[in-house]
Amino acid sequence: MNLNFLDFEQPFAELEAKIEELRHVTTDQEVNLTTEIKRLERKSRHLTKSIFSNLSSWQVAQLARHPLRPHTLDYIRLIFTDFDELHGDRMLSDGPALVGGIARFEGQPVLVLGQEKGRATKEKVRRNFGMARPEEYKKALRLMKLAEKFKLPIFSFIDTAGAYPGIGAEERNQSEAIARNLAEMSLLKTPIICTVIGEGGSGGALAIGVADRILMLQYSIYSVISPEGCASILWRSANKAPEAAEAMGITAKRLKELNLIDEVIDEPLGGAHRNTEQMAQQLKQTLANHLAQLQQQSTPNLLETRYQKYMRIGEQQQHKPRGLRKYWCLFSSLMEAIDSDSFLLLLDLVFFPSEAIL
Amino acid sequence: MSWLQKLLPSKIRTEGGKKRGVPEGLWSKCDACGAILYRIDLERNLFVCTKCNHHQRITARQRIAYTLDKECQEELATHIEPIDRLKFRDTKKYKDRIIAAQKSTGEKEALVVVKGQLKGLSVVVAAFDFNFMGGSMGAGVGNRFVAAVEACIQYRIPLICFSASGGARMQEALTSLMQMAKTSAALARLGQLGIPYISVLTDPTMGGVSASLATLGDIIIAEPNALIGFAGPRVIEQTVRETLPEGFQRSEFLLAHGAIDMIVDRREMANKLAMLIAKLTQQKLI
Repeated sequence: MNLNFLDFEQPFAELEAKIEELRHVTTDQEVNLTTEIKRLERKSRHLTKSIFSNLSSWQVAQLARHPLRPHTLDYIRLIFTDFDELHGDRMLSDGPALVGGIARFEGQPVLVLGQEKGRATKEKVRRNFGMARPEEYKKALRLMKLAEKFKLPIFSFIDTAGAYPGIGAEERNQSEAIARNLAEMSLLKTPIICTVIGEGGSGGALAIGVADRILMLQYSIYSVISPEGCASILWRSANKAPEAAEAMGITAKRLKELNLIDEVIDEPLGGAHRNTEQMAQQLKQTLANHLAQLQQQSTPNLLETRYQKYMRIGEQQQHKPRGLRKYWCLFSSLMEAIDSDSFLLLLDLVFFPSEAIL
Repeated sequence: MSWLQKLLPSKIRTEGGKKRGVPEGLWSKCDACGAILYRIDLERNLFVCTKCNHHQRITARQRIAYTLDKECQEELATHIEPIDRLKFRDTKKYKDRIIAAQKSTGEKEALVVVKGQLKGLSVVVAAFDFNFMGGSMGAGVGNRFVAAVEACIQYRIPLICFSASGGARMQEALTSLMQMAKTSAALARLGQLGIPYISVLTDPTMGGVSASLATLGDIIIAEPNALIGFAGPRVIEQTVRETLPEGFQRSEFLLAHGAIDMIVDRREMANKLAMLIAKLTQQKLI
């Protein structure tokens, strides 16, 4: 069993291992096995397709946390050029769980930032597994203010299990650090495009996620609490995480249906980690489209639209009367109309046209 | 619950109605020191223990009654109620949880917003009711809070919010998370117009509420010994595998770490709020 594959990836993982073996055989002995390899490859593709056409929310959550899934630094490397990382919150720390800097996007100077989970164990520990502390959020805000000052559009990439729940983080006021970012981002006078590339975990994700456009990769998740957390509170057992994942609607597809995000970006067959280059190209194209749209808007217009976007989320709709009440409403509005002078005038016009005109 | 009761639709069930096993009598016991207190004394003392000064949790209505003058109170946004958009169901339906909470508290949502006078100064007060699903913030609470901010902008009067909340309401999933952004954006606008916002943190103020509207006050006040923080103490203990320091995430701890401006006793709260607001809005107290 390969640890870099998830449970439900095992069937095609085995096939691929076989294909790889056959390839070695061909180079070694110059026996022609190309047709056999092609057949197996086709089979593997079919298998992947059928598995991926019917993923549960919980499986998507696992994909979003896949050990091989591309991280923020991967996308920065593949999408942007001339990236200069900027460090530090100017008070306490570098804040390695969140990276940011100025770069060029299709030649245009921009600010890019996002949580970085790290790859090897040592790196993961250094990056605090992508779980940001107050210093990271203060650094993010400092960079975003810099972007506003020099009129650089902001790209933020979300990939975190959540804000770090530690003693030091609380002492340094994690709550306020997040809240401040939410309030300030709503006023930033520059376009902001936010993309959830893996895990969008709660307030820790949202703290760099107030934006003009909220995009999600197909197999990423975004939620108020992790499925495990929700399950252990509401079901009193973390084993119910799959149920919690389903109930909360954490997948990109579901959130688009609920109108909470703007666009779902399709991933290559088998997920972003199976073809990172292709994923990056797809993401770049989508980002370019949205940036072009946003840059056509005037700044006051941009800010007002952003404000209204958030005001509309979870807006209380007027209850539409149904059944008998609907007819009662129609009837009463008709009665009201009859009472009014204009209706009488209309009646006059219909029945006594000559008099009314006179 | 007997099988017969289970058959009944949730509207008729009365389980939420009786929370306490003991009938509310003349005496009540302090949660902190265990002293037996004469209820009338306790009420007169605004539910602060007469022996140990422990501030008991109180309802949103009590908060408002202790803060605003009796005359010309007007409740706002009463039409806003929780909506079950996801048809969420855990061990119980979210819809049933809403109905049970509404029945037991007599409120429609976990936030009550009232426009009125504080020692003669016009203000809007928003108060969380912790008994209503742990004072959790879903779209209903978010919308009510925005309505409070909008009223402040319309009348150019200050906003006071008493928070008491476990955080975001999980049953509304991402919609409830987005309420953090929504309420913060509304407060950002209020701030731009130079209208004061005073946030009062009461026991407990955690999670999504603490990481949005509660910590954005121009002035932040806490009641003594209230639990205030982002992550719950148990979660932190499990993550860092250390025992938490004494008094961790309590008001006094926050004051020592520079997170809040002051700690104010409940019996002094209305006076203190009036004094602060009068100064911030360049008015004189009568």
